[in-house]
Amino acid sequence: MQKQLIGQPILRKEGLDKVTGRARYVDDLTFPEMLHGVTVRSPIARGRIRGISFGDGIPWHEFTIVTAKDIPGANCVALILEDQPYLADEIINHPEEPILLLAHSDKYLLEKARRAITFDLEPLPAIFSIEDSLQKTEIIWGKENIFKKFLIEKGDVGAAWSQADFIIEGEYETGAQEQLYIETNGMIAIANPSEGVTVWGSMQCPYYVHKALIKLFGLEPEKIRVVQATTGGGFGGKEEYPSILAGHAALLAWKSGKPVKMIYDRAEDMAATTKRHPSRTRIRTAVTKEGKLLAAEVDFTIDGGAYATLSSVVLSRGTIHAAGPYNWPNVRVHSRAVATNHPPHGAFRGFGAPQSIFAMERHLNKVAQTVGLSPEELRRRNFLKPGETTSTGQVINEKIDLAALLTRALTLSNYYAKKQRFAQFNAETTTEKKGIGFATFMHGAGFTGSGEVYLASVVGAEATETGKVRVLTSNTEIGQGSFTIFSQIAANALGIDVSQIEIAQPDTANVPNSGPTVASRTTMIVGKLVESAALGLKQTLVGSGLLGESYATEEFTTACRDYLAKHGELKSFSKYEPPPGVHWDDEKYQGEAYGTYAWAVYVAEVTVDLTTYEARVDDFVALQEVGKVIHPVLAAGQIEGGVAQAIGYALYENIVWQNGRMINNQMTNYIMPTSADLPPIHVYFEELPYAFGPSGAKGIGELPMDGPAPAILNAIEDAVGSPVNRIPLLPETLMKVMTAGGANG
Amino acid sequence: MVEKIALNFTVNGEHKTVHAWPMARLLDVLREELHLTGTKEGCGEGECGACSVIMNGELVNSCLVPVAQTAGTEIKTIEGLANGDQLHAVQQAFLECGGAQCGICTPGMVLAAISLLERTPHPTEEDIRNGLAGNLCRCTGYMKIFDSVLKAVQP
Repeated sequence: MQKQLIGQPILRKEGLDKVTGRARYVDDLTFPEMLHGVTVRSPIARGRIRGISFGDGIPWHEFTIVTAKDIPGANCVALILEDQPYLADEIINHPEEPILLLAHSDKYLLEKARRAITFDLEPLPAIFSIEDSLQKTEIIWGKENIFKKFLIEKGDVGAAWSQADFIIEGEYETGAQEQLYIETNGMIAIANPSEGVTVWGSMQCPYYVHKALIKLFGLEPEKIRVVQATTGGGFGGKEEYPSILAGHAALLAWKSGKPVKMIYDRAEDMAATTKRHPSRTRIRTAVTKEGKLLAAEVDFTIDGGAYATLSSVVLSRGTIHAAGPYNWPNVRVHSRAVATNHPPHGAFRGFGAPQSIFAMERHLNKVAQTVGLSPEELRRRNFLKPGETTSTGQVINEKIDLAALLTRALTLSNYYAKKQRFAQFNAETTTEKKGIGFATFMHGAGFTGSGEVYLASVVGAEATETGKVRVLTSNTEIGQGSFTIFSQIAANALGIDVSQIEIAQPDTANVPNSGPTVASRTTMIVGKLVESAALGLKQTLVGSGLLGESYATEEFTTACRDYLAKHGELKSFSKYEPPPGVHWDDEKYQGEAYGTYAWAVYVAEVTVDLTTYEARVDDFVALQEVGKVIHPVLAAGQIEGGVAQAIGYALYENIVWQNGRMINNQMTNYIMPTSADLPPIHVYFEELPYAFGPSGAKGIGELPMDGPAPAILNAIEDAVGSPVNRIPLLPETLMKVMTAGGANG
Repeated sequence: MVEKIALNFTVNGEHKTVHAWPMARLLDVLREELHLTGTKEGCGEGECGACSVIMNGELVNSCLVPVAQTAGTEIKTIEGLANGDQLHAVQQAFLECGGAQCGICTPGMVLAAISLLERTPHPTEEDIRNGLAGNLCRCTGYMKIFDSVLKAVQP
């Protein structure tokens, strides 16, 4: 009898290669006669290119040089709107915008050559803030600097204000954040008119790259092949950007006729590639003296940078999550993504939700204080319950009990005892203050609204010559454990040993398009398709009479081999179908925004040093309901890693901008948490199986990015008595707030 | 005029001679001359520790070591830890405890853990936190790495 696989911490599928250093990342690959490629970028934020000069002392004839004029197809990165060029031709819209590409076999000479190129530029006025963009100080994109707007309306917000005992307003800001995967972006290309274009690289979404290269080269889809190499982290940073780098490497390969490798160094990766969208949120709420939330008006704006890229989708998720897990009878969310002359901001774990959730979870603490309730009591009186509706009118039809989840989290973190102990500590101590705070939130899994229907993902499963089962998806293993999870799901569905499952390396020549590896969709959406594709194999084998209804692994293997001997191949494909009852209105932004949500309560404990104004997180409890946990170690690893990244977002990770360019683009001065900076992170799960996920699983990858920042700032307010509503919260900001406010200062 | 020099050193117990520019980074010599690509570059400035190797018993960032300094030294890289199919106890623990996610920091992290355990065979959690603070990981939040180190020293 096959032992239960779901919920078991089996060894990571590709773990052995990783712990022995055998895993091959793109920079570990090499091809005969390979050249190296570099990008020459704009030194200014906005302007017109009048000329390009090639300095003396460089053997330019040895170099492959590519400009916009060399592009065989269309000079635009195919994504949503086609406004971003691969290479700036006439107009520059952000610092570090690519203008020219160089390739040579000698990478040291290549660097010298890159520095010998200068541009004759006519600068144009640029804008770098949400305010300047909204005020149209300059129009830099479209008619009014707006990439996208949304409006969600539920109930009658206008009628609520007159019934309120309190009207509470607040403004909240979040900064940009660098994904800081430890492997920088990299790509290798071979391209020529006879064979077409092949790229190998670090990426999350092979079919995004595929789509972009079709447009760039004007070739048939069959002439483009995209292969994912082992990828050293993504976090969204390798969702859309690899399409650009793949295109650049392929353009150099096309012109030179040789393989070209492009690997960004850290400084280039940080300065030139995408980051999390900075945001500004204004919230106005109507509340009764009993603490009943009557209405919210939320105004949510994100800085999209110079091109549209994914900003509309990031905005969508932020907009839908803005109201949080609360039962608002009336709510209106206005949102917009605006253009600035920063390099385009892009996908990053959480995808707009961490920004708007930060605002609401800080705001509700202000509401609680105003009404005279504890933060937990205010939330208890307003949590969404089964049968109630979200801001988009989605009826909650799962048995989530947020009040119970909150109680459990407060118990696990020993909240009340600590609160009391810290109050006493703070009264007796003048050098440090301690506090505890929490946030309650939800995160929708999978693409928003009708997104999954449009994606129409397909997953395959096939029998191999040795009688194993190979799973065919374009979803990438980027550290999160997708290959391991897929193996468990397939083996569980077939009732065979997990060692009999292989996962094909994503390669557009061999795997169907199962959609991008984003949006916490890999386990829940793609995993479900893996399950049904695997079951398709079994059905065929049983139908052919080669396999009985119950069997051992060896019998299954034999049946696969016999089937292949008879029929040549055994394959099964499964295509996404939406769960019944899921409807979405893209015009009104109403309906089932997501198939399901994960729900969480996070509790943070902090100490603020009153000499240095540094805040430190001392302990962290992360409790979440995520459906069935397929692999407890991988799941906890996702939560711990996300919490760590979010602690960085809250307290350490500050991007210093100068004329639209990140100037602290080094690990030396952009500070992410080290092992010495983080508290113990205690992870707990509740499991309410989701009917449409594989074995009941929901998506979890992004959830842990949402809650820590507001939980920590709520704890800091508890410690020092002054509210801070902007992250990252650096010591200098805290010093200003505390000394200006006089509180404990 | 600077010229390439011949250098002799030992890598994973094997004697090696390389011809390299004296200021070439040990990282590049390992990866490009000796094809030991398990050593990774994360930042190129000694901040992230992805390029960590053990040189004469000391953990070093190979991106900061000019190869001229390695003459006559003994160097250990990730490729030299397993004995055939038998993983080093630290590698085995990383595999079992979820200490490796994307894997790019893993070679350096494993070597840093080994170096820590050589100095401190029975580390406290505080020792582990401080001992690994020069190696950045963006995936795990370090908790599973701490578990891995503790597991590796279990009798």
